[in-house]
Amino acid sequence: MADIYLDNNATTKVDPAVVDVMIPYFLEQYGNPSSIHKFADGVARGLKQARQQVQALIGAEHDSEIIFTSCGTESNSTAILSAIKAQPNKKEIITTTVEHPAILSLCDYLEKEGYTIHRLPVDKAGRLKLDAYQRLLSDQVAIVSVMWANNETGTIFPVAEMAEMANAAGVMFHTDAVQAIGKIPMMLQDTKIDMLSLSGHKLHAPKGIGVLYLRRGTRYRPLLRGGHQERGRRAGTENTASIVGLGKACELALEHIEYENTKVKAMRDRLEQGITEAIPHCFVTGDMYNRLPNTTDIAFEYIEGESILMLLNKAGIAASSGSACTSGSLEPSHVMRAMDIPYTAAHGTIRFSFSRYNTMAEVDKVLEVMPGIVATLRKLSPYWDGNGPVANPEQAFAPTYS
Amino acid sequence: MWDYSDKVKEHFFNPKNAGAVVDANATGEVGSISCGDALRLTLKVDDESEVILEAGFQTFGCGSAIASSSVLTEIIKGMTLDEALKVTNQDIADHLEGLPPEKMHCSVMGREALQAAIANYRGEEWKDDHEEGALICKCFAIDAVMIEEMIWANKLRTVEDVTNFTKAGGGCAACHEDIEAILEKVLAEKGEKFDPNAAPVAAPEKVAAVKAPLTNLQRIKKIEEVLESLRPALMADGGDVELVEVIGNTAYVNMTGACNGCQMAAMTIAGIQQRLMEVMGEFIKVVPASEMAKLVNIEVA
Repeated sequence: MADIYLDNNATTKVDPAVVDVMIPYFLEQYGNPSSIHKFADGVARGLKQARQQVQALIGAEHDSEIIFTSCGTESNSTAILSAIKAQPNKKEIITTTVEHPAILSLCDYLEKEGYTIHRLPVDKAGRLKLDAYQRLLSDQVAIVSVMWANNETGTIFPVAEMAEMANAAGVMFHTDAVQAIGKIPMMLQDTKIDMLSLSGHKLHAPKGIGVLYLRRGTRYRPLLRGGHQERGRRAGTENTASIVGLGKACELALEHIEYENTKVKAMRDRLEQGITEAIPHCFVTGDMYNRLPNTTDIAFEYIEGESILMLLNKAGIAASSGSACTSGSLEPSHVMRAMDIPYTAAHGTIRFSFSRYNTMAEVDKVLEVMPGIVATLRKLSPYWDGNGPVANPEQAFAPTYS
Repeated sequence: MWDYSDKVKEHFFNPKNAGAVVDANATGEVGSISCGDALRLTLKVDDESEVILEAGFQTFGCGSAIASSSVLTEIIKGMTLDEALKVTNQDIADHLEGLPPEKMHCSVMGREALQAAIANYRGEEWKDDHEEGALICKCFAIDAVMIEEMIWANKLRTVEDVTNFTKAGGGCAACHEDIEAILEKVLAEKGEKFDPNAAPVAAPEKVAAVKAPLTNLQRIKKIEEVLESLRPALMADGGDVELVEVIGNTAYVNMTGACNGCQMAAMTIAGIQQRLMEVMGEFIKVVPASEMAKLVNIEVA
């Protein structure tokens, strides 16, 4: 069996149909969209079509609300920095403890610059408390930035409701929807969301292309100034081939959104159920009843994630982990810590994320090898004894911490 | 995924001496569960000769933690306790044909477990002599705790000071922002303010000597010395290395014998580079001599 790719929240394969529409923009219509000659005369049309394809997927009211950027991170930075530059008197930002580093690192930096950052905590299932959020909203807040769905657990946040609350308090609302795009139906024109980030490579478009949705009328300051591209809101020559590719990918995503929520979800559910039934001492993290259809994050207790990934990789299966060791940091994933998952489990979390390219046969293959992998590593673990964890693991094995 | 050596993979996929030694008379347990590594080492020591007859490990940790544990048990079997105490974390890393800088702490954990087990056998209390922080300088594997301690101990004030005393920041310089943040924090604790333009404190004698820029001749001689010391290990695997040219801080080498065309040649070169930087205390780039032809072409063109 060919290698199995279950790391689609990290990035996805580019759809061959997307590659096909991109190629003419490398080889024929390679003119600068700003030029007036036949090498560029089809480019503006291509960009316009792509803008409309993105608009259709996210349900924006106008296609001019779509600004093409280089990636999700750029969209996130643009949104937050725009909000604070446009409203220099407001010195507070509300976000969550489980955001992507693209938001958290920027907020940490702004904190040093004197901003007050409110990071909303989550409960053990990764859910927010909206009453705590309500109390923080004030005219001091420049922007709220809350992810639509969490990249590690797939847990969905009630962003539409939170945007209404922010709007009622006169506060700008941004959502990082990088993981949610194409998996959850969206109709932004019916919400109070002011800004939204998305990234092409999470939905079968290439890497290096993103979008910032900017609701018409939202006060805005560009991150990059220069030429007139994107109506002066994001200067820099357009990445034409990738923009056209992203447009096609959005069209395909819209076509497949039902498939994602039925067939893809069925694969995820079968894998999750199979693993949790066959393997003792493992559990699903996040909000099981309110998740992306393609994501499951399972904590395997008493063993470490990178070891699991290495053995999975040997079996031809690609997934990812929230362990410290995979990233070279000293702490396991901040998302796991925010949910108060104990260290012995947080280091052993494995995320399987599906796409429409996966099959049930692949699920069966993973179910075949996973119990053996976990058993092999538990045999090496000081927390494991024969068929179960040692009694009182904390006391039975108490290493001198270094 | 990490660029692990074949040796690391070999010990990870087929660990040696996994599990506890049944009638062990020495046990060492070390680790840090927050950073995801913990190791129990059990030994059976001959009471008469103090020779380690058997060694077993149980490890909660990543690929390189398990490989470090496994190779440690192989290294120390048959050694006397006094010999075993001389095993350094670098020895463990060398037996694994190198570890990524972020993973060197796995070899440190192995050495500490060994010390703890021997202390346990001798009825002594083993105390950890260092605390580990987030890795800041990846070129020289220096962590935040080390930098903080040096700032406190030597009244350091600038990034340059930190580089002079710890080597941190002396390579690719990408960590300078992080070092500034540590300086800001520690200086604030001391009631001072970080000033990037402050005059450097006097560098310590020993490091100052290393820090004084080498002449080209000194550099070439040193590089040759280091390469000479590495050749036996390469030759053991049927390979070899020769120095072709040194231009500035770039050393051009030929990988010959089994190294030639080997998939792992790039990693071996990275290992050589790491060792050169450690010994010489300055940034050295090691490049295959084949790259030099391109350089000449560029100059000619």
